[in-house]
Amino acid sequence: MKANIVIIGAGISGVSIAYNLAKKGVKDIVVFDDNYLSGGSTGRCGAGIRQQWGTKNNCILAKKSVEFFETAQEELGYPRDIEFKQEGYLIVAMTKEEDIQFEKNVLLQNSLGIPAVKLTPLEAQKIVPHLNIENVVSATFCNTDGHLNPFTVTDAYYLAAKRLGVKFYYQEKVLDIIVNNNKIEKVITTSHEVLTSKVVNAAGGYSKEIGKMVGIDIPVYSEKHEILVTEPIEKIQGPMVMSFSLNIYCQQVPHGSFVMGRSDPFMPKGYNIDSSWYFLDEMAKTVVNILPPIGELRVIRQWGGLYNLSPDRLPIISDVNELPGFYLACGFSGHGFMFAPMTGLLLSEIILGEKTTLDTTDLNINRFKNANFNDYEKSVV
Amino acid sequence: MNEKDVIICRCEDVTLEDLHKLMEEGYTSFEEIKRILRVGMGPCQGNSCGQLVQREIAKFTKTPIDKVKTQKVRPLTAGVKLKAIVEALDDES
Repeated sequence: MKANIVIIGAGISGVSIAYNLAKKGVKDIVVFDDNYLSGGSTGRCGAGIRQQWGTKNNCILAKKSVEFFETAQEELGYPRDIEFKQEGYLIVAMTKEEDIQFEKNVLLQNSLGIPAVKLTPLEAQKIVPHLNIENVVSATFCNTDGHLNPFTVTDAYYLAAKRLGVKFYYQEKVLDIIVNNNKIEKVITTSHEVLTSKVVNAAGGYSKEIGKMVGIDIPVYSEKHEILVTEPIEKIQGPMVMSFSLNIYCQQVPHGSFVMGRSDPFMPKGYNIDSSWYFLDEMAKTVVNILPPIGELRVIRQWGGLYNLSPDRLPIISDVNELPGFYLACGFSGHGFMFAPMTGLLLSEIILGEKTTLDTTDLNINRFKNANFNDYEKSVV
Repeated sequence: MNEKDVIICRCEDVTLEDLHKLMEEGYTSFEEIKRILRVGMGPCQGNSCGQLVQREIAKFTKTPIDKVKTQKVRPLTAGVKLKAIVEALDDES
């Protein structure tokens, strides 16, 4: 088999890259994934779409992605519902330091056209009546943030790309990439050998392993994050409620269930995604404290997934100086889902040598050479 | 009986018609079907729909039923109130 471009990973980033390339007229695109449709980090994510960030790059990536999601149902011509619900993110500050940081964040967000506002605890409680404001210092709210169904939106991209001629192979693992004289020659999978000169690494939690196949050390690592979901009930909560210091995000999805997650500061690096009782205990304590009535709901399921973390917690959307034809979409640090439209657009522009919609210098892998990161994205759970 | 009236998944209100339509679109593994129709993701954790979906996949893909994988089984085995988990923790400490 021959291909113009091989994309490794059919999560939201991979399907978005495939769709954008195919839309620009690129033929013979092949996508491999060793799992089912959205079986990796995409299908395991918290289904949130947020523009309230503390760094300019993330704000712009998120805002432009939201603009796409607003029209995605039509643009992708999808027969099912992608469930894009814009009822906001309510982020609560529990400490004076957070309050000061949020003040700065909102100024930055507003300067970039993101309609976030700073709220008093009482104003926050008007938006989410069951919020326990006892120790809340302040909050920020952006009404165009919200929810998106990871399964159906990935399916939508996949179907749209397929209609444009992209070939997808699921349950097919990439075993090796052959490079000769600093040129990519072929990709070997469990069932195919594909002659190609261009490879996109969109392998999410496993992107470092793909880098190793071509001798490129990508400065990312993977880490398990866990989520649980409750039984569905009638709608009582519009926005996602989030706190960095309490370490929680919790939303009621259109289906009616509550989806919530938190991170474990002592989680070792690695590829383990098993569910843990420790997460269940900590999650229950956290959510019952900040959103007391949710305590009445039964937990139905819990699962784990991988964050792929970069040193500055910003994405790597990049070509690679050391190996022409090798491209990266990884290191999203837990937020690849919400940035996917821009990931696909920017990487397709980079691959085709077009002028990029945004300056991608700060997304290039070169930024990590001889750099220290004091100014990293702190708005991460 | 009309396929529209045959319930496959009671938790998520999925009919035999929904299932057949999706398989005709090309989604023929349990995990793919689960991601779109939510079968196996409800409070029963696939205890009622699991074997029914497995049988339909086997018929549709002409695969022996023991070769058709069912859904990933996840904790918890039964629904537990979040509050009850917190109270149990309080009792322990």
